[in-house]
Amino acid sequence: MNVRAQISMVFHLDKCIGCHTCSIACKNIWTDRKGVEYQWWNNVETKPGTGYPTKWEDQDIYKGGWEKNNGTINLKGAGKKKGLLNIFHNPNLPVIDDYYEPFTYRYLDLIESPAMKDQPTARPVSLITGKPIDIKMGPNWDDDLSGTPDYARKDPNLQDLSPAEQEAMFQLERMAFFYLPRICNHCLNPACVASCPSGAIYKRGEDGVVLINQQVCRAWRMCVTACPYKKSYYNWHTGKSEKCILCYPRLEAGYAPACMHSCVGRIRYLGVILYDADQIESVASDDGGKLIDRQLNMLLDPFDPRVIQAAKENGVADSTIKAAQYSPTYKFVKKWGLALPLHPEFRTLPMLFYVPPLLPVMASLGEQDKSQGEKLDPIAKFWNDSWLYDTSTEDLWGTIDQARFPLKYIANLFAAGDEEKVKVVLKKLMAVRIHRRNVTVGDLAEEKVEATMRGAGMDVETAEEIYKLTSLAKFDERFVIPPAHREQALEMLEFTGDTKGSVGFGFKEKAERGL
Amino acid sequence: MENLFNALNNFFLIALPYIALFVFVIGSIWRYRNGFKFSSLSSQFLEGRQLFWGTVPFHIGILFLFLGHLIAFLIPSGVLAWNAHPLRLIILEVTAFIFGVAVLIGIVNLLYRRITNSRIAVVTSKMDYVIIGLLLIQVFSGLWVAYNFRWGSSWFASVLTPYLWSVFALQPDATAVAALPWVVKFHIVGAFLIIMLIPFSRLVHFLVPPIDYLWRPYQQVIWYWNNREVRKPHTPWSLKRPKNN
Repeated sequence: MNVRAQISMVFHLDKCIGCHTCSIACKNIWTDRKGVEYQWWNNVETKPGTGYPTKWEDQDIYKGGWEKNNGTINLKGAGKKKGLLNIFHNPNLPVIDDYYEPFTYRYLDLIESPAMKDQPTARPVSLITGKPIDIKMGPNWDDDLSGTPDYARKDPNLQDLSPAEQEAMFQLERMAFFYLPRICNHCLNPACVASCPSGAIYKRGEDGVVLINQQVCRAWRMCVTACPYKKSYYNWHTGKSEKCILCYPRLEAGYAPACMHSCVGRIRYLGVILYDADQIESVASDDGGKLIDRQLNMLLDPFDPRVIQAAKENGVADSTIKAAQYSPTYKFVKKWGLALPLHPEFRTLPMLFYVPPLLPVMASLGEQDKSQGEKLDPIAKFWNDSWLYDTSTEDLWGTIDQARFPLKYIANLFAAGDEEKVKVVLKKLMAVRIHRRNVTVGDLAEEKVEATMRGAGMDVETAEEIYKLTSLAKFDERFVIPPAHREQALEMLEFTGDTKGSVGFGFKEKAERGL
Repeated sequence: MENLFNALNNFFLIALPYIALFVFVIGSIWRYRNGFKFSSLSSQFLEGRQLFWGTVPFHIGILFLFLGHLIAFLIPSGVLAWNAHPLRLIILEVTAFIFGVAVLIGIVNLLYRRITNSRIAVVTSKMDYVIIGLLLIQVFSGLWVAYNFRWGSSWFASVLTPYLWSVFALQPDATAVAALPWVVKFHIVGAFLIIMLIPFSRLVHFLVPPIDYLWRPYQQVIWYWNNREVRKPHTPWSLKRPKNN
């Protein structure tokens, strides 16, 4: 057992309101520079949708992640052979148009335009060439299902759904969507690290944050191809790749990453999880079905004396072990089994987990009572209580199966297509809701509540715990950040004496483009 | 007049090589130590399709030609032995010529792309044009020499290799080279100019081919400290420098 610590994340999708505050917080701190305007280390997608970059989940196009053949796993579009053979021209590299051409508006024209007959306009201009452009894409162009025929219907996750099911999803009355906020998954088996020919990308041993050494990056650009989540980006100005750094300077100072700190819906949790590094290779090369189970099995119980012993022998700090014991992510992922990794089939063992959305899965389309409507004047609009969505809790398990949002779709996202995995989680989420409704409203039959709880394997204590961490948790409960040992943290980055009087964080020269 | 020729020969064939090599070595170290600007500055992200028809023929061609020149410099006797048979000589010369043409095609495509694509123009520096211009002249003069002064692989090995070795041995002897046609001398001067400009251009990426990727394990984990050592009381952590610093 080779125990290591990993800072992991949980995003609770039922709570996400799609406000993009996280994206803006990240952009303002890290990517408000030339060459990275188009990069959104944190982005929020509407699902169903094609996402950013367009159709990033379709690895037939982008060739990201690992694939299994002949018993071992290999990078699908990079690696030692493919990477070096394609080093002059990488056929699988997305280009800027797959993301969007960054733009701004000529706002000054509004003020400085001479007096004339027409209102002045602020034309959009490209942030690359500075020339006027017609904006055709943005980072969230398909927000809230806008442009559905072009975007939502082309979602790669719809592939396994029957045409009827797909059709049903896009009927106006049944239309449903949810938000999927994404950052770098800081994987245990990162494809970007494995693909980097110059060895610039590495995983930090102490906390598992995946970083790109900007001094060593040589723009061989294989990481952009290899990351199946498309979270490694190419800075076209400096000729270096960049990615989410999990705000490590903030983490080291004990602050939550900016995206998590600013989250309005408080959907984000961050904490340490201990895992067995010896298992990485065998788990990542697992055959199909057991991938998720085995990934979750790698994560170790921080209360187990043997785990603690092994962790200490491996040099994991006591403070980190303690943080792992209080970790909210450990609770969501392991203790309660509520959170699943995004697209585990890419085999990178992502360490960002999602609590799948219960709604809109649970609400179903109710039957319309037409007899009432027919009595009214044809012009009058008739709204019956059961007209649109039936969120009643009758026939609960039946409803999950017949949800207006097909389970298969959720399963394609979070469980490599295994509907049972998702169903178990949704049952638990529903049980918590029913329990709380019983406590606060009390309009449910006692047997019904008990049956639901039993069906989900949930006891009252656990349900209360889940409810509290989901709804009431304060800052310090949502983010349990292990001390980076501040006394060492600065030295972790660089020797302070070397950089006295230099331009600042991490650099000994100005970050200018090469000659 | 003869004095002038001698002076020019001495400058271009003896002084310039030393200046170029000196600037190349010192400049490369300086550039490498300021690592952030060390990049191939790929522009494929802004434009990928046209690039294919430029970069692939260019790189494959130039790699072959570079290795060819290197082998003739390192093992001239081997090249001469290979060329002893006329058929093998012709095969070598024709292949090299084809690769030269590939470089020419590639570089013309790359130049065309840089000039016409407005996005690429944004990431094009003056040095890029200088380098493209130099390479264009160099490959053109190389093809010219190969076509007009036949069997270059043989006379390179017997005339140029001793000259280059004399330069590296710090006993420069340019008498034989000085008698060569001016196009050949032009080609030599161009080569040293390009070598001199390597540290100041995007050509630096040729100094850091990622060969070690072949034997490196795929996954890399870096510990800022050797954790086991750090926590031993008798090894203060200040003695263990971070591995990536």
